Formats: sequence, structure tokens, C-alpha cells
Amino acid sequence: MTELSLYVLDIVQNSVTAGASRIDVGLEESGGDLTFTVRDDGRGMSRELLGRALDPFTTTRTTRKVGLGLPFLKQLAEQTGGSLALESEPGAGTTLTAVFGARHIDMPPMGDWAGTVTTLVQGSPDIRFTFRRSGGGGDYSLDTDELREALGGDVPLNHPDVLMWLNEFITENERNL
Amino acid sequence: MKSLEELRAIREKAREQMTLRKEDGPQSTRVIVGMATCGIAAGARPVLAAAVEQVSRRKLENVSVTQTGCIGVCRLEPIVEVLAPGEEKVTYVKMTPEMMEKVIAEHIVNNRVVKEYTIGAEEPGPAAN
Ligand SMILES: Nc1ncnc2c1ncn2[C@@H]1O[C@H](COP(=O)(O)OP(=O)(O)OP(=O)(O)O)[C@@H](O)[C@H]1O
Ligand SMILES: [Mg+2]
Repeated sequence: MTELSLYVLDIVQNSVTAGASRIDVGLEESGGDLTFTVRDDGRGMSRELLGRALDPFTTTRTTRKVGLGLPFLKQLAEQTGGSLALESEPGAGTTLTAVFGARHIDMPPMGDWAGTVTTLVQGSPDIRFTFRRSGGGGDYSLDTDELREALGGDVPLNHPDVLMWLNEFITENERNL
Repeated sequence: MKSLEELRAIREKAREQMTLRKEDGPQSTRVIVGMATCGIAAGARPVLAAAVEQVSRRKLENVSVTQTGCIGVCRLEPIVEVLAPGEEKVTYVKMTPEMMEKVIAEHIVNNRVVKEYTIGAEEPGPAAN
């Protein structure tokens, strides 16, 4: 994949597929490290599945025999001098932490972060997402429950006009990082 | 700077439209974009964004854009399915944002399937894996 934000989208989709109702996403830079975290309250993974999850031949999907998301991410983290850790408890949830060498030559560009956030909200308007971002010059976070509150419960978060607003909101905040 | 205040205005507008829709809306058309790893890697995210943007810009009240997992034919991704009431499902393959805009304009708005983008045009015969 050509953008870090595409890896993030793909990995957070795993939490969605796991039936999470709350997903906390962080992408924070400090020093030369870029740390990506996802914590969900989805179905979690058994010890055995967790042990195999980073192997490309592991998937519980039925349309294809290989899972690509986690192996891709692990490869990228290691290539840039970082690492990937997964913790999970069946029935409670999963936490993923990936560290990348932000300035490593193999580090792909961030790409369209706003596109990733709006795609996630579009696909799962009822999940409570939080997104934390920090860069060299600042930080910001977004909690979709705040949007829900402003919309008053009768307009869903995946309304096209809301998504257009969200895209601009994130784009502006990204500029100030 | 964008503010939550603007969201409240969007809410008011959307609520008015929703009451209208409930009163005289025909069944809705669904645009379904495959968003598994293979779809994302092939460029599905901007295709989905183009669909959402067109629906917002053209104020298409009875069109919903949804995501699905792997549709099963990874090398034809990004894949988009269009389900219109009373019509057979149409599967578009190897989509780009520009192609998505055309599908919205032609298929969704004018009711003319864009044949050259469909799975049948890509590979004649049964759609095998
Ligand atoms: N957050 C999570 N919660 C529960 N299970 C998970 C989570 N993330 C991954 N898994 C499990 O690990 C498997 C491998 O994940 P991976 O992303 O590598 O592949 P996939 O999602 O199966 O397929 P792909 O991502 O290629 O579309 C998944 O099928 C799922 O069973
Ligand atoms: Mg996956």
C-alpha cells in the first residue's frame, strides 16, 4: 500500500469486523517514532489465533484464504526499524501498537488521513470512534460521540453532508499539526 | 475553522429533507463499495469518497452508499455494486473516482447502465475467481 493512512484504514476495519462498539485510534509522532495504536472492545482473539495472527496464512474470513492486513503492517513496521505488538482477550477486545521509524526511507507518506477517518465513520456510523493525532507542531482529537450529540440523534453520522463536513474538519486540523 | 455549530445547521437542513423523503420517497438505490484489504490496496477509498461526494453535491435523496468486505475477486478491485429497485444487480470493476462519477451521473441519475465498466465487459463468460 502506498499511504500510511491506507494501512490504518485496513487495520481499523479488523476492529469493525470484530464487532467493536468503541474503537480508539491514535497516530502520534514523537522524536523520530511514529506510534499507531488501535484499541477495540470487539470479540478479541483466542491465544491460538493471536499466536498466528501475524502469519499471512491466517484469516477467519471466508472469501479468501489469506489474511493480508496484519502481515502487511508488521512488515512495514519492521522495515522502518520499528515493531508491532498485539494484545487480545477473547470477549474483551484487542489492542494493537505499531511503531514506525518516521524518517526511515521505506516509510510511506501519510496520504489522505481525512479520507481514512471519513471512510471509517461512513462505514460504521454507530460505532464510537476516537481519533488522536499528534505531530511536531501540535495535536488534536475527535470523538464521534461529540458529533452525534451536535446532530441530535435523528441525523446519522453517515449522512453525506455530515461526511463532507467531517472531511474538511479533519483536513483543517491536519494542517495545524 | 470548521465548528460543531455548522453541524447543527446541517442537522436542521437534513431533518427537513428527511421529512420530505418519508412522505413521498421511492425505494432507495444502493451503491456498495468493496472495502477489504484488497479493495483498499487497489484504490477503493477514493472511489467511495467520490460516491459520497456526488450524492451530497447532487442532493440525491434516495441513494445510499455502503461498504462491504471482500467481494471475492481481488484482481478486479475496486469493485462497486449498484442495486436499484426492480433492477438486477450491476457489478462494476476496476473502478476509479472518475468512473464512479460517471456511474452516478449515468446509471443512478439517468438510469443507463455504464456497460463498458461492468464485470461482463471486463471478462466475458461466467465470472470465475
Ligand atoms: N481487532 C481484531 N479483533 C479480533 N480479531 C482480529 C482483529 N484483527 C485481526 N483479527 C483476526 O486476525 C485475522 C487476520 O487479520 P488480517 O487483517 O491479517 O486478515 P483478514 O482481516 O482476515 O483479511 P484482510 O485484512 O486481508 O481482508 C482476522 O481474520 C481475524 O480473525
Ligand atoms: Mg484485515
